[in-house]
Amino acid sequence: MNKKELYTLKGFHREDFTITGYSFGSGDKAACIVGAIRGNEYQQMYICSQLIRILGELEERGQITSNNEILVVPCLNHYSVNVQKRFWAMDNSDINRRFPGIHGGDTTQNIAAELFDSIKGYSYGIQFTSFYMPGDFIPHVRMMETGHQSPSLANLFGLPYVVIRKPKPLDTTTLNYNWQMNGTCAFSIYSNCSDYIDDVSARQAVASVLRFLTRMGIIKYYNHSGYIAHVLDEDELMAVKTDTAGLYRGLKKPSDPVFRGDIIGEVIDPYEGEVINQIISPTEGIIFFAHTAPTVMENNVVYRIIRRLHE
Amino acid sequence: MVEEVVTVDMPVSEKIVIRKNRIMSAKLSDDAKRLSIVTGIHGDELDGQYICYELNRRIKEHVELLNGIVDIYPAVNPLGIESCTRGMPMFDLDMNRVFPGMENGATAEYLASKIVNDIIGSDMCVDLHSSNIFIKEVPQVRVFDQFKDKLMPYAELMNADFIWEYRINTVLEATLANSLNHLGVPTLVIEMGVGNKVERRYGDQIIEGIFNLMIELGMWKADKTTVRKPMISSEGSITVIHARVTGLFMAAFDDGILKKVEMGEHIGDIVEPLTGRLLHRVEAPCSGTVFTFREYPVVYEGAILCRIFGGGVHE
Ligand SMILES: [Zn+2]
Repeated sequence: MNKKELYTLKGFHREDFTITGYSFGSGDKAACIVGAIRGNEYQQMYICSQLIRILGELEERGQITSNNEILVVPCLNHYSVNVQKRFWAMDNSDINRRFPGIHGGDTTQNIAAELFDSIKGYSYGIQFTSFYMPGDFIPHVRMMETGHQSPSLANLFGLPYVVIRKPKPLDTTTLNYNWQMNGTCAFSIYSNCSDYIDDVSARQAVASVLRFLTRMGIIKYYNHSGYIAHVLDEDELMAVKTDTAGLYRGLKKPSDPVFRGDIIGEVIDPYEGEVINQIISPTEGIIFFAHTAPTVMENNVVYRIIRRLHE
Repeated sequence: MVEEVVTVDMPVSEKIVIRKNRIMSAKLSDDAKRLSIVTGIHGDELDGQYICYELNRRIKEHVELLNGIVDIYPAVNPLGIESCTRGMPMFDLDMNRVFPGMENGATAEYLASKIVNDIIGSDMCVDLHSSNIFIKEVPQVRVFDQFKDKLMPYAELMNADFIWEYRINTVLEATLANSLNHLGVPTLVIEMGVGNKVERRYGDQIIEGIFNLMIELGMWKADKTTVRKPMISSEGSITVIHARVTGLFMAAFDDGILKKVEMGEHIGDIVEPLTGRLLHRVEAPCSGTVFTFREYPVVYEGAILCRIFGGGVHE
């Protein structure tokens, strides 16, 4: 295990901002794994920390295949983590909207550019990331449809689902998109949550990466073969929305099966306590995403359902 | 007449309401024009608030001079304005990255689509922005080069000091202005001043420009006024000075905006409060006119300190 500083920015009155990477094995740039880019991606950082611990053990036991280098960057933005801000603490810019970055650009463009120099050129790029709306997901691998994506490789993580997303303008500045444009085969892994640590889901995420690295011949590791993934297009997910705003009580969780007509959530009058709206499942299928915040607005997406899929 | 463009219920006893004020001439000819003035997409940009107020006031004062319809949308992101937040506070989402929106999309996209649909039908739209809290900008029109043939004649009417022709990147495709331009409403983006503040003289300057635009469109019965002749980015070169080091930036002059600098001229110093050391003396790498200047004095390495326009300066 080789701990190295990938980037340093001098602080003003804070300590210097340093991005730390851990590399394992040596030789060809095989895989790069990136954790928290936003300050609230605790689960993502935790998963990376567990991977670093295990990869260190594997390396000591000679289980990294020769001529393969793995780089893990657990956190790109501890300045934000430490002050509990989601984005760059000074100007609220999102580093995951700054790629591929600009050398000599403003601070976060420059951070993205310098960091991209360290993490590009790998055969595989794996990023643990989060969604902008509060909620829980079925753990899945997400790929952007750039023309360079390969769902068959995404399947090798052995997670239950692979989601293909058509990039929107906003996506073109993410790490995932720019990795792909740069020739790295890039995957985003959505664990079920961000803001808190969920050990079960973290173990699943760690296992999925080790499984992928094993199948690509980068490490030697003996683990369960996981799922044969169900591949779906993001557009196939059916959004279920609220008609009414208020306090919210979700009745289903990700992976739960639902039937047409099931009551899957309730909106409660925030002052008078009555249930003022029942959320009815418009379809049968499996819950893919569930809103978790205690309140909803009018027209809030509270579920995304994989239609007509059975367990 | 104040109208609600779109409303969305929030969880507790409140709605998001986006409003506009429509001012119409007493008689509307068949070819009457409609101008939309939009601001407040970014909650920390407040110059547009003053411009909306003053424009409303002045048009109403002489409504007999109006020929057509002026729609004023003072707050596309009302929650941002009232929480000192650039984006939509609950999602930390930049609203100017979700246009043209989607009727059945998430909240921000839904609001965006309602706003766009309301503006469609205007003959012209002006989208007013300020800079952020970090850098101050000279009053300027930003024109995406894809639409420059159509927009430049209007941009020159706006009494701005600078017109910046922009090469559009993919992210900016989802701005209100770009969406409207694609949907057939010629839209000018105005940028000025600094965040969280109203610079009245800049507001007054752009209001003159808006009246001048209305005169040109036949919407305001008054004699043509003479407006400033702007510097145009394509007629010269833009040089950006970034902070070489982290520290406190102390400018060499009070207001850098529109200052003419010579190559090698002292722009400011980056200093270290803890030790009293001068970390870096900042000098102009070229001569020209300053059109962007650092406002927030704490700088990390890479922060923008100054932009200088060189060449093609109209005296
Ligand atoms: Zn703005």
